Amino acid sequence: MNRPSRLKMAAIHAGLTLLCMATLYPVLWVVKMALSPTDGLALTANPFPETVTLEHFRQVLSGTDAAGRWVFGRQLLASIVVAGATTLVGLTLAVSAAYALSRFRFPGKDGGMQALLVTQMFPATLMMVPIYSILQKLHLLDSLTGLVLVYATTALPFCIWNLKGYFDTLPRELEEAAVMDGASTFQVFVRVVLPLARPALAVTALFSFMTAWNEFILAATLLNDPSRFTLPVALQRFVGEHKVEWGKFAAGALIVSAPVMALFFALQKHLVGGLTAGGVKG
Amino acid sequence: MSRWLGLALLATALSAHAAPETEKPLKLWHAYRGGEEAALVQATKLFTSKSGVQVELLALPYDAYAAKLTNAIPHGVGPDVFIFNHERLRNFHAMHLVAPASGLAREDYFPNAVEALEVDGQVYGYPMSLKSLALYVNTKLVPQPPETTDALLAMLPALSDADAGRFGLAYESGDFYFHAGFLFGFGGELFDAHGRASFDTQGMARSLAFVKDLQDQRFIPQEASGALVKSLFNDGRAAMIISGPWFAGEIAPNVNYRVVGLPVVSATNIPIRPFLGVETAYVSARSERAEQAQALARFISLGEASRMRAMVGRQIPADVAAYTLREVQEDTLISSFREAARHATPMPNTLEMARVWEPMKLALRAVLQGGTAPQDAGALADRRYRALHRERPPDASPLPWLGLVGAMALGGSVWVLRRPAATLPFKQRYPDVAQAVAYITPAAAGVAVLVFVPFAVGLSLSLFHHEAGEYSFVGLANFVDILASRGYSITEPLSFYFTLAVTLLWAVVNVVLHVSIGLFLALLLKDPLLKLRGVYRVLLIIPWAVPNYITALMWKGMFHRQFGAINGLLVALDLEPVSWFTRFSTAFAANVATNTWLGFPFMMVVALGALQSIPQELYEAAEVDGASKWTQFRRITLPLLRPAMLPAVILGSVWTFNMFNIIYLVSGGEPGGGTDILVSEAYRWAFQRNEQYGFAAAYSVLIFVVLLIWSAFTKRLMRSSSEVMG
Repeated sequence: MNRPSRLKMAAIHAGLTLLCMATLYPVLWVVKMALSPTDGLALTANPFPETVTLEHFRQVLSGTDAAGRWVFGRQLLASIVVAGATTLVGLTLAVSAAYALSRFRFPGKDGGMQALLVTQMFPATLMMVPIYSILQKLHLLDSLTGLVLVYATTALPFCIWNLKGYFDTLPRELEEAAVMDGASTFQVFVRVVLPLARPALAVTALFSFMTAWNEFILAATLLNDPSRFTLPVALQRFVGEHKVEWGKFAAGALIVSAPVMALFFALQKHLVGGLTAGGVKG
Repeated sequence: MSRWLGLALLATALSAHAAPETEKPLKLWHAYRGGEEAALVQATKLFTSKSGVQVELLALPYDAYAAKLTNAIPHGVGPDVFIFNHERLRNFHAMHLVAPASGLAREDYFPNAVEALEVDGQVYGYPMSLKSLALYVNTKLVPQPPETTDALLAMLPALSDADAGRFGLAYESGDFYFHAGFLFGFGGELFDAHGRASFDTQGMARSLAFVKDLQDQRFIPQEASGALVKSLFNDGRAAMIISGPWFAGEIAPNVNYRVVGLPVVSATNIPIRPFLGVETAYVSARSERAEQAQALARFISLGEASRMRAMVGRQIPADVAAYTLREVQEDTLISSFREAARHATPMPNTLEMARVWEPMKLALRAVLQGGTAPQDAGALADRRYRALHRERPPDASPLPWLGLVGAMALGGSVWVLRRPAATLPFKQRYPDVAQAVAYITPAAAGVAVLVFVPFAVGLSLSLFHHEAGEYSFVGLANFVDILASRGYSITEPLSFYFTLAVTLLWAVVNVVLHVSIGLFLALLLKDPLLKLRGVYRVLLIIPWAVPNYITALMWKGMFHRQFGAINGLLVALDLEPVSWFTRFSTAFAANVATNTWLGFPFMMVVALGALQSIPQELYEAAEVDGASKWTQFRRITLPLLRPAMLPAVILGSVWTFNMFNIIYLVSGGEPGGGTDILVSEAYRWAFQRNEQYGFAAAYSVLIFVVLLIWSAFTKRLMRSSSEVMG
């Protein structure tokens, strides 16, 4: 392919810069709200704060509970534990199931894949009542384990679809060669298939992580201990019955979103190759 | 978790009585913040020091609070005492969540506060504090507060200058909670003698006409939100505002103000009578230590606790004795609100009351923002009210259904059993079935228990009618009601077909925008020679990383009538600011803008991946043949992208179809439910219209059916596209 002209390059850069600005504009407003000293508002198109204070961040980060304990730290820890465990459990379950769906023949395979997709079509709002009862039967209410299981399983349909799509694109010859060399199916799976599927694993892990990291209704409903609340629950506390503490909400929103953005940044190379959405790859 | 399990095992082994009961603290749940929370903490500490009983407080987000209570208490894992507004009492009562207040002495509290907590002659809960509206007056601008509406009307012209952004009066005029006082002041009644709501009344028309006139003369701001009212008052640009006790904490220190009762309506000689809300300490019906729980609830509603709540929490105690304290007497805010509460109308705790909000909001906004005449608004509200009020359908017999399920199971198993006989033996057809089972069982078990079972429960719920905690089997009655669009012509927002059309439009517009923007950006970004490619890519992915309820709230703020950045941009460009949520087209556009921002990065990433998989040689060959760039795009890129993009498009359309957060948080269905999609409509039936779970489930099943049809259709598309691929 020949090198595009300078003019064209300049036009592309200008276009992309404009679009990036449009994308970032709303985010800058959140930053402005978080950094402005009051919740006072004025009609303006300027997304940069006039006076800057870190007070809202300080208040969110130093949040303590009634007993004076530093709950923010505990909630951050709870969030990391829940999101991390969800990723681990979700990925482990999804990887093995997706591999079986991609490589083995067994009855109910196609039906199972369809059924997974179908569950995505039923609105989640009505699932809460039965999920609550089931967790109580399993003695998993008010436990992070229960929360992790719910998150991991609700993320599973997407994870399995994405991974299966990726596994389908991996050439079988490599696995057959490994079998010839005397490797067991499990060894082939762990040593050959998984390393090849790294991009898809990264994307799937990111997806499970986000599911758990951002959710608050289930977390607030299932957990009874404020020091084990996840961060979005703490964030939602700034939205009251009569008023919203916008400054703190914005600061909290940035704190909650930061780790996910960092992950996106770290994984962005894999993101492009690893997202198949069950697709066919060339 | 293991600790919990260990405890549970221990408890069963030693029998329930073994653990000393006094050791476990009483559980108290609330959604207070700031001063109110601090006061409650102080009060419970005092309770502990006096009674020796420990109390464990749990502060919850208001948005998740009611759902948590209704889930936890019936399962026996709820609090012993919880604090909630009295408005929901009838729901709590119907679901058997609350116990009668056995230790309550009526004379301790204001009579209208106790009345608010009565159900069938029993009092439930201990009234803690009163919430009603009053008039905040900027004393510099208004030395003498108006006592009648005539006096108010005489003052307003001098205090208002809408062009300069100054208003004589400001309040959230589009919210029925704020309008109710006017309705009662003009002699209107909300309920007839049978307890049924009636909207088409004289008082309704007159009160609406009065407020409409205030707005037309530009004495009050249009579409005022809480944020606007606060900002106007703090800047001295609103001389008077109507709000509740919670507003006092928001006033800037340099504003001198006082609080007085709302004026008397001159035409009727009745004071503007706002709703009275009663914050109540309820004892859970499932508390195992009812006596201590009653003592705690009573304690925090009276005596020293009242003083703390008044002085620290800035609440208006419902406790009569509190007003004999000097401190409280001298506190003008508390005593003024106490005066204002005298004239307030206790908000009925009936189920009928819960059905009034939506019709009233509709009528109010139709008059203030639309062109509806005040005398016609009552009929509009009445119509919506009747559509929301569904009579319980007749019970149906579940027997034919059980028979049908049995027959299907039988038929299915016969079919499965007969099939393999025609082909190879099972072992040969599925040589590695044992391994497959091993790999798939953990995931299958998890999905079966936590996804499929709730899913099946949800499906079957659609055959039931739910009212006040009781389910009755009604067969297909819910579906018949929805599909027959009962009580509504199909062009009205509450009709299933209207909502379906909006939903389809919503899904199509969004997916088209997501895919075209995503693809466009991917085409720009795919060039490996492009400098700063990684930077652009990271910046453009950011919307995907932001949790979508934050996105929704952020954009809702951007579309704010008075402070939104979008209107700021319009004004900067010398254009008229737009009131986004008063018309269908602009409200829908606001939703679409939000969802497009949120959704294009996913499609961009998928398209980038798909573009990379197209062999470069094809383009080179086309170049040699002299094909133009456009021809290359049409003949190579598009056809080769299709198979990779289609699954993403299907998934994206399913997600968009059920994108509840955006609709609910950005437009909230405004105007008049017009922009609601099926899933937000289902949510309203389940959680805002007296918990009609069965009806909501029927909506969900229909959503599900529509998506099934859609996926079958796209599957065909996919098949034909893979045929194109050869």
